[in-house]
Amino acid sequence: MSELDRSLPETQPPVAPAEAETVDVRHGMFGAQGSGDTSGYGRLVRPVQLPGATPRPYGGWFDDVADTLERALGEGGDLGYGDAVERVVVDRGELTFHVRRASLVTVMQALRDDPSLRFEMCMGVSGAHYPTETGRELHAVYPLMSVTHNRRVRVEVTCPDGDPHIPSIVSVYPGNDWHERETWDFFGIVFDGHPGLTRIEMPDDWPGHPQRKDYPLGGIPVEYKGAQIPPPDERRSYN
Amino acid sequence: MSDKIINVPTADGDPYSASRETTEGTVYTVGGQDWDDITAALGETAEERIVVNMGPQHPSTHGVLRLILELDGETVTECRLGIGYLHTGIEKNCEYRNWTQGVTFVTRMDYLAPLFNEYAYVRGVERLLGIEDEVPERANVIRVMLMELNRISSHLVAVATGGMELGALTAMTFGFRERELILDIFEMITGLRMNHAYFRPGGVAQDLPPGAVDRVRDLLKLLPERLSDTEKLLIGNKIWMERTVGVGYLDLTGCMALGVTGPILRATGLPHDLRKSQPYAGYEQYEFDVVTETTCDAYGRFLIRMTEMKESLKIVEQCLDKLQPGPVMIEDRKIAWPAQLALGGDGLGNSLDHIKHIMGQSMEALIHHFKLVTEGFRVPPGQVYSAIESPRGELGVHLVSDGGTRPYRVHFRDPSFNNLQAAPAMSEGSMVADVIAAIASIDPVMGGVDR
Repeated sequence: MSELDRSLPETQPPVAPAEAETVDVRHGMFGAQGSGDTSGYGRLVRPVQLPGATPRPYGGWFDDVADTLERALGEGGDLGYGDAVERVVVDRGELTFHVRRASLVTVMQALRDDPSLRFEMCMGVSGAHYPTETGRELHAVYPLMSVTHNRRVRVEVTCPDGDPHIPSIVSVYPGNDWHERETWDFFGIVFDGHPGLTRIEMPDDWPGHPQRKDYPLGGIPVEYKGAQIPPPDERRSYN
Repeated sequence: MSDKIINVPTADGDPYSASRETTEGTVYTVGGQDWDDITAALGETAEERIVVNMGPQHPSTHGVLRLILELDGETVTECRLGIGYLHTGIEKNCEYRNWTQGVTFVTRMDYLAPLFNEYAYVRGVERLLGIEDEVPERANVIRVMLMELNRISSHLVAVATGGMELGALTAMTFGFRERELILDIFEMITGLRMNHAYFRPGGVAQDLPPGAVDRVRDLLKLLPERLSDTEKLLIGNKIWMERTVGVGYLDLTGCMALGVTGPILRATGLPHDLRKSQPYAGYEQYEFDVVTETTCDAYGRFLIRMTEMKESLKIVEQCLDKLQPGPVMIEDRKIAWPAQLALGGDGLGNSLDHIKHIMGQSMEALIHHFKLVTEGFRVPPGQVYSAIESPRGELGVHLVSDGGTRPYRVHFRDPSFNNLQAAPAMSEGSMVADVIAAIASIDPVMGGVDR
C-alpha cells in the first residue's frame, strides 16, 4: 500500500473567492436581535462562504480519479459526468464530488466497481442542514475509501427541504443501511429504495428530526450563584 | 398486522405470560421463570419458532444492546438489533459550544476509547485550521503514547467482558485488574480515569507531570507478564476454543460489503491499519507490526487483540525514547489555550502564576484570556473527514465549520455503530450461545454506537 498522497502540486490554484458558495449571511454580533444596537456591532455583515468549485487541475491523483470517473460515466448526456457531477471541490487536501441526486447510485456504482477507482468502502453518510441555502437545504455527505489505492474521496448530495428525497445506496454499499437510517432519523432525509427506513437512535414515535438547525437543543435555565443561566441554545453567542 | 388479537391466559392464569393469536401464529409473552409454561404450550403445536427479545438490560449484550432473535429450537434463524438506548445527543450539543469545549463532549462517546474520540476530533479541527503540521512534536508523542495505552486498556476490556460473557470469569478479573494499572496512569497524567478532555486543538491540556515517565516505564515492565497470564489462561484453552473457533464467521467479502474495519477486518487476513496506511500524529516514525489472522472468527479476533496489545507496548516504549523536552501546545497564541493547569488546594485549575499575571500585571493578557476562553477561536469555513484507527476500527469524524467559533456540524462515524450491522451475518444459523460470542468479538461500545 502506498502512502496516502496529501501533497498538492504547485500548480494548485487558490480557490477564487468569487467561486465560493455562500450559504448564509450573518448580521451583527452576539446573536442579539430585536433590540437597539447596544453592542455597537449591529452593522457587521458576514457572509458564510463554503469553499466553491475548484478549476482543473485538481492536483496529484485527484485528476486521475476525476478523469476515470468521467470515463466511467461517459461524457455529457443522460447521467453522464457533466450532468452527474455538479462541481468538484478540492479543499484542505480532500476531494469532494458534488453529485446530483438522480445520478448518485450510478456514480457510487462507478466509484466502487471501476478497477482504477475501486472505492470498496463507504464510511457511512453524514447529514448537514443549511436552512438558508434555498433549494439545497439538506446535504448528505458520503466519505469513501479505497483500500486498494489507499485513497479517500467524498461525495456530497443535496436535496431541498420541501422534497427531501435522495436515492439509497444500500444496493451498492450494504453497510450504509444503518447510516442512512441515522441520517433519516436526525435530518429527515428520505433515502428512496432503502430496505427498511425506520428511526434508529430516536424512539419510533419521536416527532421531528433533532439534528436540523431549527430543532431546539432543549434544556432549562439553571441558577448559579443567584443568576439565571439560560440553556445553551438560548445563550448569546458569537455569530 | 392481525385484525384480531385473542389473549389466552396460560394454565396458571399468570397475566404476564399470556398468549395471543396473530396472523403470524401464536405470540406468547413470557418473562423470567416462565419457560416451563412456554415449553408446555409449545409442546402442543408442531411449530417451534420463537422470537426472543434479549436485552437491552442483559449482562451478556455488552451494554444496552437489544437483540431480537428468531429461534428454531436453539438455532437462530433471524437476528435483528435494536439500538438507541444510550443516545445522548452529543453531536447536537457540540454545535452549541466552542471548538475547544467539543473535546469534553466527544470524549464521552466511546467511553472505553476516550482518547481516540478526542484525537479524531482534535485532528479534524487542526486540519480545518490548517495547523496539522504546527502541533509540537512533544504533544504528538504524548498523544500517541496515551492513545496506545488506551488501545491496550480498551482491548483488555474487550477480552475481559468477552470472557465474562462466555463464562471465563478469571479473564474478566485479570482484564479489569490490568486495565486499572493503565487508568491509574491516565489519572496521573490527565486528572481523570475516563472522559479526560486532555487533547486540545493545537496540543494537549498540560505537560506530563513529574514522575509520569517512570510510572509508564514501570507499567512497561509489569504489563507483559500480566498479559502473558491472560494468554496462558485462554490461548489454546479447550473450552475457550470450543466457544470461539469458527464462531461469528465473517470473511473479507462480508467485511468490505458492510464497511467493517478493525480487528474483525484484520482477522480475515487483510493488513489494513490506518496507522500504517494513512499515518497521523507521526505514526510513520514508529516501528510496529499490523497483526492479522486468517480465521475470520471470534478466536482470530481475540488473538489479534492480544497481539495488538504487545505491539502497542512496543510503540509506548518508543514514545518514551522519543520524548524530548519542549512545548506541548501550538505557538500560535490565537489558538493555544492561554492558561496552564496546576493542582491547587481545591483541585485542578488555572495555575496561580497565570491568575496573578492576568489579574494583577497585564490587562492585555486578561483580555486575551477572556476572548479565547469565552469566545474561542474562529475556524475557516469548510469541511473535513478525519479518520483514525481506534481499537474497534475506523473512527471517522466529519466536521463542518461555518467560520464561527462553534462547530456547524460534528458527526462521528463510530466503528462500533457500523460493525454491529455485521452481527446478523455472523450469527444467523448458529446457536443462541454463539450469538453472545459473536457480539463479544465485535466488541461494540454502546456509548459510541448511540452517541
